[in-house]
Amino acid sequence: MALPSYASPVQRTYYYFYLFFCTVVFFFLIAPLFAIIPISFSVSPFMVFTEGMLAWPPDPEAWSIRWYKNMIGDCSADVVSSTVPCSTKWMVGTVNSFYIGIIATVIATALGTLAALGLSRPHMPYKGLIMAILISPMIVPLIITAAGMFFFYARINLVYTFTGVILAHVALATPFVVITVTATLVGFDMNMVKAAQSLGAKPMRTFFKVIMPLILPGIISGALFAFITSFDEVVIVMFMASIDQLTIPKQMWAGIRQEISPVILCMATCLVLLSIFLLTTVELLRRRSEKLRGIKAR
Amino acid sequence: MEVTISTAELLTTDGIPLKQSLRKAERRNKLRAFLLVFPLLLFIIVTFVMPIGDMLLRSVDDSQINSVFPNTFNEYKNWDKGADELPPEEVYKSLFFELANGDKRQIGKALTRMNYAKSGWKSLIKKTTREIKKIVKKGEEPVSYKDTFIKINKFWGDPTYWYSFNQMVNDRSSIYYWNALDRTFDEDGDVVLQDEKRRMYIKTWLRTFKVSVYVTIFCLILGFPVAHLLANLPLRYSNLLMIFVLLPFWTSLLVRTTAWIVMLQQNGVINGILVWLGVISDDGRIQMVYNEAGTLIAMTQILLPFMILPLYSVMRVIPKSHMRAAQNLGAKPAMAFWRVYLPQTIPGISAGGLLVFVLAIGYFITPELVGGKDGKLIGSWIAYHLKTTLNWGLCAALGGILLGIMLIFYWLYNKIVGIDNIKLG
Repeated sequence: MALPSYASPVQRTYYYFYLFFCTVVFFFLIAPLFAIIPISFSVSPFMVFTEGMLAWPPDPEAWSIRWYKNMIGDCSADVVSSTVPCSTKWMVGTVNSFYIGIIATVIATALGTLAALGLSRPHMPYKGLIMAILISPMIVPLIITAAGMFFFYARINLVYTFTGVILAHVALATPFVVITVTATLVGFDMNMVKAAQSLGAKPMRTFFKVIMPLILPGIISGALFAFITSFDEVVIVMFMASIDQLTIPKQMWAGIRQEISPVILCMATCLVLLSIFLLTTVELLRRRSEKLRGIKAR
Repeated sequence: MEVTISTAELLTTDGIPLKQSLRKAERRNKLRAFLLVFPLLLFIIVTFVMPIGDMLLRSVDDSQINSVFPNTFNEYKNWDKGADELPPEEVYKSLFFELANGDKRQIGKALTRMNYAKSGWKSLIKKTTREIKKIVKKGEEPVSYKDTFIKINKFWGDPTYWYSFNQMVNDRSSIYYWNALDRTFDEDGDVVLQDEKRRMYIKTWLRTFKVSVYVTIFCLILGFPVAHLLANLPLRYSNLLMIFVLLPFWTSLLVRTTAWIVMLQQNGVINGILVWLGVISDDGRIQMVYNEAGTLIAMTQILLPFMILPLYSVMRVIPKSHMRAAQNLGAKPAMAFWRVYLPQTIPGISAGGLLVFVLAIGYFITPELVGGKDGKLIGSWIAYHLKTTLNWGLCAALGGILLGIMLIFYWLYNKIVGIDNIKLG
């Protein structure tokens, strides 16, 4: 990628401009995510860099963890601000988000993995059509899905219940599991299944002892995708959950919409850390999966 | 030595012809594969496909009002409109009894629907119902129902109200689709433009397209060089830089939207830096969020990974020797890029472009939060009618049109790229 030694000055200029441009784009992609982290530690109730934060030497008065305390529901005197409401809503939302996310992930992973196994068999009939139906929740815009589900679930009394939200999230999350597990099954050596069966293993035993350990990285990646899909989802929750059924995204939406509270940034910081953790896990799993399947790094 | 060639059919050990046996095994395998997929297929059909179908049905459904005023509408259909200006006595009579005995909640719903056809219906009927109930209470039977109605309110003698029944008397109606395109029916049932002040959907549809096209172009301009860099760096470095693309991809949409509000608001980071640099004065801070510019900037950053990843996967496999060969044969670098490299990236450009465009058209969260008044897209109207006005027919029709547009583009995507080639991360 380096510039050859015979490059002309014009080429050199182009090349450095190109590198500069790419740097700017990388900055554009990542800077907003990291800009919010320092602001979340500000004393000020406004979401800005205050003068004190930018001063040199650093002014300890300008920094605090009061909004983090607010976030975990600690409303003691030094935390409360007249403009920022303090409540346990964020913690209630966190519990609900994990509750909905984990149940939806378990169901989505089970259904999605089974379907991926079926779709990867050479004998699968109408594969294209079925795949298109299974992927469709990922493709249809969320707002349309939310509208359709709201009308339909209202008829069967599932709106304003967690059950309705969980069912909706499972539907949204399964395409990710199907895609990830199907990708893992590409290049899966079917002779291993035949070998297991010829040695007398029943289908269940074959699955748990032979197939599953080999595709486990794919299943876990799919599950993580499913979890983050449910965990981040706000449109369905807004329409299908009742007012007091809070989740983290719903609370953030309210925070941006109504109160512009700095507590949003604390939660956002936590979510950025969570996404770094998930990204690392998925990347490690992908490498492990490629190693297991004997694919060399590209 | 004697060689015998058996002309008989091949048989398995059970004595069944091999062909038949193979077919049976094939069938069993198909069934097994299908049974594995079946639970999820059923689940998706019940929890997702049926709701969408239900929504599409709702967008043409006009049966509620027909269930409230069945007799009135029947009599209305029998009315020979050429002869009289006002409907005959029977129409007034059946309306009288249907208003007197009808379920209050159902009538209320029907009134909302009637108001879409002609504003003024709601208050007229409400007033009239009150009077009618008084008459029924007294036990009087009106001599002429028509005169009674006109006595209660002179609007009952106004034929334009009656003509608006025209668009309600059928169980199915395309009115919501026309409304979603700023059209409505006139008295004769012809399609006409809405009043000036009620035209807002065409404007929003056009803005949705404009924003989506701009976002796609911006993503291509920003994403192309980055994908090229990632594809040509040694794997060690490109894997590291890939984090910059994948981290936003994994981060919550709301976090990224919040981050853009923090960056772009009037005393936000970018304005702060510009003031500090002396580019703008302290009172000349630029309004970059809560308008169309905010929507464009935030959506470009959010959708950029969807452009970079398909481009990257295409560029990765273009042999580097092609550019060198072209230059060896005398092409200037620009020429070699234009004639040799760029054509090979077309699959990536079309995949990324279509993906970004389709995602942008249906976007809701970001435009709603950072769009302000003039940056909202069609998704915001769907949410507004779903939650605030409860005009579910119009909501479903807007959704139906959007879905139709999406399906066309996905069909294209499938033709060009293939749906099952979607990869994650």
